[in-house]
Amino acid sequence: MKVGVVTFPGSNCDYDAYAAVKSVLKEDVEFLWHKSTDLCGSDMVILPGGFSYGDYLRAGAIARFSPLMEEIVRFAHSGGMVMGVCNGFQVLTECGLLPGALMRNRHLRFSCKYVYLRVENNGSRFTGACRPGEILRIPIAHGEGNYYYFEDDIRRLEDSGQVVFRYVDHDGRVTDEANPNGSANNIAGIINREGNVLGMMPHPERAVEDLLGSADGLRVFESVRTACLAMAGAGGN
Amino acid sequence: MDSNEKAVVYVRLKEGVLDPQGLTIHKALLQMGYSDFLSVRSGRFFELEINSECADIDREIGEVCSKLLANPVIEEFTVERIR
Repeated sequence: MKVGVVTFPGSNCDYDAYAAVKSVLKEDVEFLWHKSTDLCGSDMVILPGGFSYGDYLRAGAIARFSPLMEEIVRFAHSGGMVMGVCNGFQVLTECGLLPGALMRNRHLRFSCKYVYLRVENNGSRFTGACRPGEILRIPIAHGEGNYYYFEDDIRRLEDSGQVVFRYVDHDGRVTDEANPNGSANNIAGIINREGNVLGMMPHPERAVEDLLGSADGLRVFESVRTACLAMAGAGGN
Repeated sequence: MDSNEKAVVYVRLKEGVLDPQGLTIHKALLQMGYSDFLSVRSGRFFELEINSECADIDREIGEVCSKLLANPVIEEFTVERIR
């Protein structure tokens, strides 16, 4: 498997994502510069966290128009796997690859802490290595992670299994206290209808070794690897 | 002094979309003793200096508003032209 990690001006989790793939997952990985239009044969592209283009205007709003993003949108439309973490999730909603929007946290503070996530759909390409309902401990670090979408659309996302991660408490209960930003239905991560694009606010790349405090994020990377190998085996891209 | 025509774009959250910033400002007003302001909604505005010789400027303004300046999922915009 080959992973491409995008670097926008202002990305700051690109090296974490790179290290997670290279040193922990031990797979091939390459940085993709935002001005380039070459995905370098990546099987999966990661849009990392950070503050692309200084988060000017709205988080992710400017990054969306970079030359590389146009290529990534084409890649995703042809079935390529794309994963956006934190600022990457914001870019994915801004460019329309994922529905909804990420608004300012309800309490207006930047929130940086470990949270618990419940795997709501382990049938996706990004969660296949997780048990149904498994609880993952993964950190968040954002000021604008408050997932918003119209009520009817949220219901549709829920019904179609597109909500893959939800903020819960230590015991897996969906509570308001466990919701760090005010997201609708405690939503922490969603996939698109086709299932090849994931956006999540928590940072799995920061939780890939016990030394870091948790290795739960590795589950996401392992799921992706399995999915990529299956696609390659099936003669996909 | 001659000055170029401007388009002033106001972007605000749609009605019904929670505006934590507006709520916080409102709370501050109440704390300051101003009880006659019933609510606050926040937003932002952009001043675009435009080439008034462009025949298609209205379409272009509409485009940049919905493509870039506002996020149509959560925000709405109004445009004012100033000569």
